[in-house]
Parts: sequence; C-alpha cells; structure tokens
Amino acid sequence: MNSLSYVSIMKEWDIVAARQMGRELSKQIGFGTVDQARITTAISELARNIYLYAGEGQICFEAIKTLDQKGILIIAKDNGPGIKDLSQVMEDGYSTSGGLGAGLPGVRRLMDEFDIETEVGKGTKISTKKWVR
Amino acid sequence: MRIPILKLHNYLLISIQTELDDQTAINFQEDLLREIHTTEATGVVIDLTSVEVIDSFIAKVLGDVVSMSDLMGAKVVLTGIQPAVAMTLIELGIHLQNVPTALDLEQGLLKLHQEMGE
Repeated sequence: MNSLSYVSIMKEWDIVAARQMGRELSKQIGFGTVDQARITTAISELARNIYLYAGEGQICFEAIKTLDQKGILIIAKDNGPGIKDLSQVMEDGYSTSGGLGAGLPGVRRLMDEFDIETEVGKGTKISTKKWVR
Repeated sequence: MRIPILKLHNYLLISIQTELDDQTAINFQEDLLREIHTTEATGVVIDLTSVEVIDSFIAKVLGDVVSMSDLMGAKVVLTGIQPAVAMTLIELGIHLQNVPTALDLEQGLLKLHQEMGE
C-alpha cells in the first residue's frame, strides 16, 4: 500500500478529489463508517479553507502506525496569507467568510489530534490525526 | 452534473445519489427553485439516503434551499440522513435548526401531508 499520497487543491473540484482519496485510504486503514465520515468531512473543510483563503495548496495523506495503534495523518498546507489571530480562529463561531465553513474548531472535534503552524504572509500548515478505535 | 427532480402530483421528489461538489449543490439550488416556480409545487422531499458526506458548505446550501423554498411557499423536508452524517454534522457544530427532517421518503411525504393539513 502506498502510504503517502497527496492532492493539489487549485480548483473547486479538487475538494471532492481530496475527500474521495481520504475516504479510500481511511477505509483501507480499517476505520468504521462513522470515522470515515468524520475524516472525509474534516478533509473537505481543510481543502475548502485552502481554496477559499489561500487559493492553492496541498492535502497530504499518510497511513501511520505505532506499536499498538494505526491511524491516518492528514496535512493541509498552503503558502497563503497565514492566520493573523490564531486564538480567534480557533474559537467556535468565528468566521470571515460569512458562515461558509464550520471552521477549524469543528475539524479539531472530528479528529483526535490537531496541530497548526501559521505565519502571516508565509502560509499555514495543519496536521491532524485520527486513530482507529 | 444535474440532479434529477421528479414531479408527483403537487410534490417534487429528489433523491441525491451523487457525490455533491459545490457547483452541483449550487446548480441544484437554482434548479429546484425554478421547478417549484414552474410546477407550482407545494411540497418538496429531498432524500439524502445515499449521501455519505455533508460538509459545512453542503449543509449551508441545503439549509438555504429550505428557507428559500419556504419564502416561495413550498415546504421542504430532508429525509434519510445517515447516522454517520448526523453525528459528523453535530460534532462539526452544524445543527440545521428549523430544517424539517424525516426518517425516510415515506415519513417525509407523511410530514408534508400533515403540515399542509391534507
């Protein structure tokens, strides 16, 4: 199994391509239907953020393993404007797009681990993991 | 990609069977409102049994189409939302309040009948 793959996000249809690839990989890894829906939805939100705010970027997927766990790592990265006020963006209900997108707090709730690095003018990198239960 | 809209008496029935991308969802919104206008339908059932993912954008489009149809005078019921989709939407923070729903197509039609006092 190819454990590392990615989708470039440049046009709207790429959002669908990213979530299809994510669903396929999460199925292969052994996630149940509910977790597949969580992962696919999280990917959709991350890909849409890239498309809306950065214009283009990448969603990378990796099957990951520890001694007793397996899971999926999703990395969303772009060279867009970055996030000025990170704590505000991580608050529920905050939106700059008029309610498009549930935002990052929603993604964090759907996944198990969530990490964000961002620099104004340079871009944003979000790494998020989900483990098979 | 166009989603077929079927007419049954004064109702419109839609079963979404495809992976919804943003453009398809927006086209559907416009098509449905146009169909309501031309057919003078009073009730609409949108069945989501085959839909595996509803993200925030699709949820917004669906919620909006319910409000828009309501403005025109047609009642919309969403049916068949899958357990995984319901869980994901709530965890994501999307509650779709004021959107009428029913378990399946049959219950959805029943709900429309009741709301219209038929």
